[in-house]
Amino acid sequence: MTEKDKLILFNPLGKNNPITVQMLGICSALAVTSKLEPAFIMAVSVTAVIAFSNLILSLIRNTIPSRIRIIVQLLIVAALVTVINEILKAYAYDVSKQLSVFVGLIITNCIVMGRLEAFALGNRPWASFLDGVGNGLGYAVLLVIVAFFRELFGSGTLWNFQVMPQSFYDAGYCNNGLMILPPMALIIIACIIWIQRSRDKELQEK
Amino acid sequence: MKKYRCKICGYIHEGDTPPDICPVCKAPASEFEEIKTENRKRFNREGNVYTILYASVIVVLVAVMLAVTAQVLGERQKRNESTDKKRQILASLNISSTNKTAEDLYNEYITASYLVDVQGQKTEGDAFFTKLDAVLRLPEAEQCYPVFEATVGGQKKYVLSMRGSGLWGPLWGFISFDDDRNTVYGASFGHESETPGLGAEIESAEFSNKFKGKHFFDTSGKFVSVAIVKTGKTVQGQDYVDGISGGTITSQGVDVMLKNGIGAYENFLKTNN
Repeated sequence: MTEKDKLILFNPLGKNNPITVQMLGICSALAVTSKLEPAFIMAVSVTAVIAFSNLILSLIRNTIPSRIRIIVQLLIVAALVTVINEILKAYAYDVSKQLSVFVGLIITNCIVMGRLEAFALGNRPWASFLDGVGNGLGYAVLLVIVAFFRELFGSGTLWNFQVMPQSFYDAGYCNNGLMILPPMALIIIACIIWIQRSRDKELQEK
Repeated sequence: MKKYRCKICGYIHEGDTPPDICPVCKAPASEFEEIKTENRKRFNREGNVYTILYASVIVVLVAVMLAVTAQVLGERQKRNESTDKKRQILASLNISSTNKTAEDLYNEYITASYLVDVQGQKTEGDAFFTKLDAVLRLPEAEQCYPVFEATVGGQKKYVLSMRGSGLWGPLWGFISFDDDRNTVYGASFGHESETPGLGAEIESAEFSNKFKGKHFFDTSGKFVSVAIVKTGKTVQGQDYVDGISGGTITSQGVDVMLKNGIGAYENFLKTNN
């Protein structure tokens, strides 16, 4: 792996994070982060889908007529997700039951389309694959951080295990209902963006 | 046939080898360079014909791929779905099962299954493979609903099936009744696409366990259903359970599903009561 490959892979984790810097995929980040478990499942599946759709699109990038490239991208993503879901339904039914909710969310995730359009169309397959993995991981990190806070303060649990001790509740502590609702996810993401930009002057807009 | 160009004057010679001297400027053979012609003319990728052909080919390819996948995997998927349904029916009887044990446990506990019409009369038909969503589209007089009889710990239970709609897609569920056909013995719920962590929580055992011991008929024997209420609220005149916080519309969907779905069995539940 060359220096350039490393940059492609690790940049999206921080400086070029798909959510906090590129501002992509925020809608799904709001929808699935009320608990850690679904957030994790979503993160893993999106990573797999971006990586492989980037790879496939990059392989056929020189044959695609530019006027219908968006349709072709959508077709590839939708077909990929559907086939994977069908296979899971046959061989790992429980996983597919968990995932079925996410299928629509994955296909329409703007990170997938964004990376196809911005990177895979103009780069070689291996670099595109790394870019997909990197952006998927960048998305995953954000999702897990947001879900951690939302589940901890919204439900008092982490990965469905009770962590807030009963003595807190006896002393008058209440789960924060607002944490469960989507607006709170937006506020948490905004706080993360604030922290990131105050530490990294390069990201600040003039 | 190759082409050679004279580097000095630009004369172009056609032949397999460069000429000994250039007929125009008398330069030697070493001053000639070969002109590499592109063998095939570069294809115009932006033309209408190519675009339409490309679109058709890729659509057909994807369609074939999806059709083949569906055909090859269909059999296994059907088996998984029926196992899953058996697990849900067992779950409503508070029996936990795995994919491997579901078949045996189902055969062990479920003693009979049949269809009942709106009047509560038994009718012909296969209960397990009845698709409730299709049934509910029929006129009410023709509707028949599945009933599964089970024997758990020597006691007779009735499992009823229901279907409704949530925020994003269909909901379904099974409620098992004690022999008095009024007290809930257990429940299980399922959904297709409710929001994970919110509406999707109706699937959890925490939610369905709240139904145990609730009554669908009031003391005077009138059908009142079981209400789903916001946490902390109460209702007069009927049993109720707390809904999912943050999943209001899904909770309301369950409320309506109970009222209509179990309401459809009202006459069946009233017989022998």
